[in-house]
Amino acid sequence: MNNLTVSPAPHITSGQTTQKIMFKVVLALLPAGLAGIYIFGLSSLRVILISIVSCVMSEAIFLKLRKRDPKAVLDGSALLTGLLLAYNLPPEIPFWLLVVGGCVSIVIGKQLFGGLGHNIFNPALVGRVFLHISWPLYMTTWKNPRWAVDAVSTATPLANEGARGFTYMDLFLGNHGGCIGEVCIAALLIGAAFLIFTKIISWHIPVSFMGTAMFLAWIFGGDGFFNGDFIFHLLAGGLVLGAFFMATDYVTRPLTKMGKIIFGIGCGVLTAVIRLNGSYPEGVSYAILFMNAMVPLIDRYTKTRKYGFVK
Amino acid sequence: MKKLLREFSKGIFIENPTFRLALGLCPTLAVSTSVINGFGMGVAATFVLLGSNIIVSAIRNFIPTKIRIPCFIVIIATFVTIVELMMKAYFPALSKSLGIFVPLIVVNCIVLGRAEAFASKHGISRSIFDAIGMGVGFTLALVLISAIRESLGNGTLLGLVIVRGFDPAILFILAPGALLVIGLLIGIVNYLTEK
Repeated sequence: MNNLTVSPAPHITSGQTTQKIMFKVVLALLPAGLAGIYIFGLSSLRVILISIVSCVMSEAIFLKLRKRDPKAVLDGSALLTGLLLAYNLPPEIPFWLLVVGGCVSIVIGKQLFGGLGHNIFNPALVGRVFLHISWPLYMTTWKNPRWAVDAVSTATPLANEGARGFTYMDLFLGNHGGCIGEVCIAALLIGAAFLIFTKIISWHIPVSFMGTAMFLAWIFGGDGFFNGDFIFHLLAGGLVLGAFFMATDYVTRPLTKMGKIIFGIGCGVLTAVIRLNGSYPEGVSYAILFMNAMVPLIDRYTKTRKYGFVK
Repeated sequence: MKKLLREFSKGIFIENPTFRLALGLCPTLAVSTSVINGFGMGVAATFVLLGSNIIVSAIRNFIPTKIRIPCFIVIIATFVTIVELMMKAYFPALSKSLGIFVPLIVVNCIVLGRAEAFASKHGISRSIFDAIGMGVGFTLALVLISAIRESLGNGTLLGLVIVRGFDPAILFILAPGALLVIGLLIGIVNYLTEK
């Protein structure tokens, strides 16, 4: 990349590099991970570590096979994919499933499309959905927080709504079964605030995504119209994790502000439809993947007009 | 003779209908869930291909150009009916698991494509070898795809369990698995032929 010469005009460099952005996102994800480890015990740490190692190893091996510079593995994108994949998995998942998931994420989700910057779909979600369709049993065996009385297995609040009363505080702090990274909303919000404050992500996608999902849950989520529990739908499941950390992936989101809002609304609609009417209790990952496929179309129709350009 | 053999061999690799021409993907996606289904489909399509290629090339000078496609369809449909009835009589289980995809061979792109692009322009002997080559290529592709899908998605091969205690990845039996496997195989074949 060093031999590229750039056009003459004076350019302002922002100092942002892929590596810096990736590590800032990893940093922003840390509180949620620590919360997950605190809630579910050391088995979550095991999941996170194995997932990261398997993603980074797959990336290194595949870069070598594609005869690319193996140093590209240090850009942190594989690390981030591994971390996000682990956050989307239940804490008691078997070892080999993690290895398969990491390989699928990196090889099928990213490298076969041409590596970082060329992937159509969010790699971590490709891995998660692959595992979810292939081995539904392991992927839906949840675990209660380690201080719960029956610490064996449980359903997530979304899959088992109303069966045991969750207060909003339980949901907000993560005192329930679920994926490692999605349960503690408080920790996720700390990371999200950091990302928005440092301008790594903009507010458009998360706000339109969560807003649409909540709005539809409010209208259709209850017994009649307009009395659904939208706060429950925000706090339960992976909506916050998906909206702030996965829908905003630089490679797989639209470029313009308008495009981002359309993308967010699409994700929100699909999430609400799958949650309220689909056969799966949770639909955030499928919604984001589906809208990822729409991104080229959105980008095409929300292109900014060139200044002074007449049709 | 050498020419005829070339017509035969091109269908297997260089112009493989599934991997190189990307024809007939709908039945490939649908029936490649088990090796027996894939093989049955391949043989049925090969028979239809052979019959239709012979007849089309034999009467190619009498078919008016403007209505050639309906003529091809009638010829193809005749052979498909033969295959369907034979399969129902002698292989009822296979016929049941292939279902609607046997009658759908009528509109299979490979059969129609060979009638249009090859048999209606060449003599009978070359058309026969072309049909056999394409049919064998299609069958091999189907067997390869279905072997991968069946072993990974169901843990079996030809209905026999391969490894005990292996947790199959259900995804490979479903439609996304078919698309993944076909995509990866097309990629590998392209890589090999580019060399």
